Amino acid sequence: MPGSDAVMVRTTWREAMRSALREALQADPRVFLMGEDVGHYGGCYAVSRGLLEEFGPERIRDTPLSESAFVGAGIGAALNGMRPIVEVMTVNFSLLALDQIVNNAATLRHMSGGQFAIPLVIRMATGAGRQLAAQHSHSLEGWYAHVPGLKVLCPATLEDARGMLASALADPNPVILFEHVGLYNVEGTLRSDAGAVPIDRAAVRRAGTQLSLIAYGGMIPRTLEAAEKLAAQGIDAEVIDLRVLRPLDTATLVASVRKTRRAVIVDEGWRSGSFAAEISARLAEEAFYELDAPIARVCSAEVPIPYARHMELAALPQVEAIVGAAREVVGTHA
Amino acid sequence: MSAAPSLDDDLARLRGMLRIRRFEERAAELYGAGKIRGFLHLCVGEEAVAVGVMRALTEVDAVVSTYREHGHALARGVPPDRIMAEMFGRAEGCCRGRGGSMHLFDASHRFYGGNAIVAGGLPLATGLALADKMLGRRAVTACLFGDGAVAEGEFHECMNLAALWRLPVLFLCENNLYAMGTALALTESQVDLCAKARSYDMPADRVDGMDVTAVERAALAAVATVRAGEGPRFLELATYRFRAHSMFDAELYREKREVERWKLRDPIAALSTLMKLGGALDDAGFSALESEVGAELDAAVAFAEAGTLEPVEDLTRDVYATEASDAR
Repeated sequence: MPGSDAVMVRTTWREAMRSALREALQADPRVFLMGEDVGHYGGCYAVSRGLLEEFGPERIRDTPLSESAFVGAGIGAALNGMRPIVEVMTVNFSLLALDQIVNNAATLRHMSGGQFAIPLVIRMATGAGRQLAAQHSHSLEGWYAHVPGLKVLCPATLEDARGMLASALADPNPVILFEHVGLYNVEGTLRSDAGAVPIDRAAVRRAGTQLSLIAYGGMIPRTLEAAEKLAAQGIDAEVIDLRVLRPLDTATLVASVRKTRRAVIVDEGWRSGSFAAEISARLAEEAFYELDAPIARVCSAEVPIPYARHMELAALPQVEAIVGAAREVVGTHA
Repeated sequence: MSAAPSLDDDLARLRGMLRIRRFEERAAELYGAGKIRGFLHLCVGEEAVAVGVMRALTEVDAVVSTYREHGHALARGVPPDRIMAEMFGRAEGCCRGRGGSMHLFDASHRFYGGNAIVAGGLPLATGLALADKMLGRRAVTACLFGDGAVAEGEFHECMNLAALWRLPVLFLCENNLYAMGTALALTESQVDLCAKARSYDMPADRVDGMDVTAVERAALAAVATVRAGEGPRFLELATYRFRAHSMFDAELYREKREVERWKLRDPIAALSTLMKLGGALDDAGFSALESEVGAELDAAVAFAEAGTLEPVEDLTRDVYATEASDAR
């Protein structure tokens, strides 16, 4: 619980994640971190820098470039009394471990009649925007959210970067924690006693009345920016941060849309088969008669994400596109 | 640590193999009768591997197996009635009827499947062993897989990782010469499987998988070194499945003569003949064993027949664990 002597401290998203890791390692001797370059290199995105020196090579384990083996080893270790945090460098490489995640982590409990639990956390960087081209710019959160047996977390705020890991570790299920590469350098203030946060519901990041902007992860900052631009144009948007893609907090979405009667979904995934499609379907199923306009989606263009800056920008959801979609659904499209 | 041959041990080995053989034959009949559905992969001919390996393990050890695992599960001590009920799709099955033939799990025997993706069990085994090592337990994880698995990337990734971290895993490759219906020589540039393991600096031996005593002796020696903290080991168990890959296999890929030749090395016939020659078994003794095994099997089938269906309301139960205490 927040104490009265807590102060606000300046930090970055990356440092918040690192604090969460350090706290988890301190709190429970069963917790260990393994993955590519987590130790001597300090983490591909420098999240685990310094942890090897602090906790030693038994608990900060550099692995070979063998995603399937070390993710599967995380599952096995979780089955057998440990609390592994497996870092897959990026979601792009997680495709090499898809067998273990989908065929083993997600199935073993149900398929065995409930005999086993898999208290495993898999962290991975996700998203585009850094000119890394098509093989390093995927946004596949929606793929993982498709699979029953997994939980899928997409922290966007500093509080969630700091607090979701502890909740994920306390959960007896395999949890995938997506860290958008565009968020690591975000700066802000955080309570000095910030800690675990709930991982079963969405959050209203900005209250509004005229439409609901629904987003998650790396799309949250630009969606909030779009909401401010809309406000300057006299349009009052609510911003919903999904936070957790599975299990999905449909109630918060529906409550928001019942109030605003309009929805724009912002998703860095490709439109076809996207997580935005799932949100859209749920709203159509549960709030159809309360909608005053068709649901709109702002997603990535259906292309492999290109390297050249102008082309990459054109492929990804931008503030202007969010504003444009919002204006259209409220009927003020110029 | 080598097993001193004794009458009791031979009888136990023979009984162990015979109950697997009869179980598999009954399963085939029940499949024909429509009682068992889905995929069914039988291990007839490979019983010596299951019995020899499981006799070398102790209660604290873990087992990770494949979709051809009835024999492994039976030899490990998973009750036959629970296995049969599982294949009947009954709630009394070892996985409540949710896994079927390919997915036998039994936490109480540390039997971790029943994994139906070829080589998919190797990373699990590596992780089970990692936890045992980190927690300072002197347990061994026995990981069984077929020769088809050596073509998978997961095999090579796990050989490397287990050797690198000196994990207490015993990798047991049941080489029955065919990955489903494709001969090893048609898919592997290097057919010496031990050479693959040795390339990861892992000690490896090839064992006659049709000789239960040889399997047990080799497994005991390997388990001892793995348990002593000397790192993982690899055993290739040369064996042969007498029956088709599954119930949908026309066996176009091998000659009947080849099958007949291997049947001459039937591990059950070999041991019982040896015991009879040595005066340790006579026809009456063998008949008594058959009756004993048959009675256990009849009871297992009756148990499965009498089993109940899991209520449909429980369909989504245990997709997720709900309590932190579920994660031991």
